[in-house]
Amino acid sequence: MAVESRVRLEPLWRVRARLFLRSFRRNWALFWESRIGPLGLGIILLFVLMMVAHPILMATVWDPRVYDPIVGFDPDLVGKHPAPPSPAHPLGTDPIGRDVLSQLMWSTRSEFALGVTAALITVTIGTLIGAVCAYFGGIVDAIFMRIADLVMLFPFIALLMVLRSVIHLDLVRLALVMGVFSGFGGITLTLKAQALTVKVKPYIEAAKVAGGSAFHIIRRHIIPNILPLSFLYMMFSVTGAVFTEAVLSYFGLLDIRMSWGIMIHTAESAGYLGAFGQYWWLWAPPGVAITLLCFAFYLVGRGLETLVNPRLRKR
Amino acid sequence: MLRFLAGRLAQILVTFFLFLTVVFLLFQAMPGDYTKQFIMNPKIPPEARKALQERLGLTGSVWDQYVHYIRNVFTGNLGVSFQHYPREVWDIIKERLPRTAVLFLVADLVAFALGFPLGKHIAWRRGRLSDYAVTVTGVLFYTVFTPLLAIVLLYVFSNVLGWFRSGGFLTPSLWLRPPVPPQTVFLLLTATVAGLLALWGGGFLVTRGIGHPRPRAWARRALVLLGLALAAGAWWQSGLGPYAWDIVWHMVLPVLAVTLISFGGTMLLMRDSMLEVIREDYITTARAKGLPDKVVRDRHAARTALLPTVTNFTIGLGFIVSGGIVTETMFSWKGMGLTYLEAVLQQDFPLAMGCLIFTGILVLLLHLVVDVLYAFLDPRISY
Repeated sequence: MAVESRVRLEPLWRVRARLFLRSFRRNWALFWESRIGPLGLGIILLFVLMMVAHPILMATVWDPRVYDPIVGFDPDLVGKHPAPPSPAHPLGTDPIGRDVLSQLMWSTRSEFALGVTAALITVTIGTLIGAVCAYFGGIVDAIFMRIADLVMLFPFIALLMVLRSVIHLDLVRLALVMGVFSGFGGITLTLKAQALTVKVKPYIEAAKVAGGSAFHIIRRHIIPNILPLSFLYMMFSVTGAVFTEAVLSYFGLLDIRMSWGIMIHTAESAGYLGAFGQYWWLWAPPGVAITLLCFAFYLVGRGLETLVNPRLRKR
Repeated sequence: MLRFLAGRLAQILVTFFLFLTVVFLLFQAMPGDYTKQFIMNPKIPPEARKALQERLGLTGSVWDQYVHYIRNVFTGNLGVSFQHYPREVWDIIKERLPRTAVLFLVADLVAFALGFPLGKHIAWRRGRLSDYAVTVTGVLFYTVFTPLLAIVLLYVFSNVLGWFRSGGFLTPSLWLRPPVPPQTVFLLLTATVAGLLALWGGGFLVTRGIGHPRPRAWARRALVLLGLALAAGAWWQSGLGPYAWDIVWHMVLPVLAVTLISFGGTMLLMRDSMLEVIREDYITTARAKGLPDKVVRDRHAARTALLPTVTNFTIGLGFIVSGGIVTETMFSWKGMGLTYLEAVLQQDFPLAMGCLIFTGILVLLLHLVVDVLYAFLDPRISY
């Protein structure tokens, strides 16, 4: 007793914060060691910078009448659109006289919003289903696994091509549809497999004996343990979502006012894609941006993989 | 094994039925129908439109249409395409399915042949500069925006270098008076590819009996050359060589695009799979026995690591239609993907549904193949 009174009790939140900080540092070191993870993170930060810079530029340097990504027009270059890069328009203008760089920067925001929203929904649904299937097994498991089979059977882009005439696919709805659809797909298989390995751990048995309800065990024990893997799959889902949006926009099948895919679509429908090299600034910047963003999230995902799967580490 | 196969087949049938239902509901939910495009056409009065709708089977209750549709699918009747009236859907699919199948089969095999050894090597020498460089390149191609890749390939090889034609299936001027229709030539090409694969696959299995590695390698090399020589000779003899060459020439760029996109996936999977296997005890044992590095890598590690890679590779084949839509559109390659896109945009329901149904069948069969292949590759699994 005497010993205990001398120990100054640390508040619980500080213990938790310290533990969190320690594990964060360790994980960060591992992530940094993967080298490709930080590369992806760097590219993502670059895009964030672009996203933040756009409203600032619009408010200070760029005249909204000329540089607005959707309704802007440069009257000085009438008859010369699409104009090649110049000091006034670092990436040139598009066939109807709008600044390409401004469009590129403005679209970053919607790409991030779409990718992250869709991925969050996917991962939330996938984690819940994976945990529930692993814990209960039996008929619940069978039903969700058949649904996953069915979802994986559908060529997703082909499905969206039909769906876009059933519902008005704007950015929010597209994110919802993509998120929900892929949440029921292959991701549940992986997360269920992970949850199954958690389910047989002794502490689950202990929690059951202590009288924990199924809900409690799933919420407090299973989900926290598969969350790292979910987080990893979120990165890959972002890549998928951004790519799908870009393809559909490129075919001109979405009700989005401006995105990287639509920029290429504009160039193509105005007939400037056939000349390839001559009007490179119409397709190269948005194409490269789509590729780089998908690439960056995928790299971060692979970097995180070394944290989640210790067998991939060097030591 | 037979019981397992029967069980799987029953499961597949149920999934397929659900798939058909969902496809039907999806197209039912689409507003309007094919005849809507004639609404503003003064030459087609409302009565004529009504008659057209009736003739195309677009009237009647949803349930009636559904029963009709399911019965038709299971009796092998896919209906008549609205766009290409009166061509049957099956007739169109019969023409275009081989084009997609050959394109993706060839590209995926090349990608596998490229990705498998690359993944093996970079896993073995992980952490070196080559590992990072190859990994980053693989990811870049894997996540590249397909239209961008297509544009760049077309620009470089067709515009700047002028080596290949920019898309299409054949050069029309060459085919003004062909001895046989292009489809026949293409089917013969398909048969050639299939024959070569069968020869090489069979030869691979037969030569496994040769004990020493060196004669075995020589026998396999001889087999590859023999296959190529046989194919070339047969085409030379038939006199259709230039025509076949024209089609092959048009195929190079799309195949290259699909290969570049898919080799990264195989390679990255193989790398991860290898890294996991390398940590196993039996690899340490094999090294401790003093076996050469190459033997440990190829015969001990790579064999086990191959398993998950093959599964994922085959499942990935299911996405070919999604990928096919973009690639085929970019290279104007009239396969299933491009046909599907046109059918959906034109509201040609029978054709679009037919494309989806065939994709479904293809993917389900592939899943079955994976299961059997798994049993074949992994001695621990027996059904």
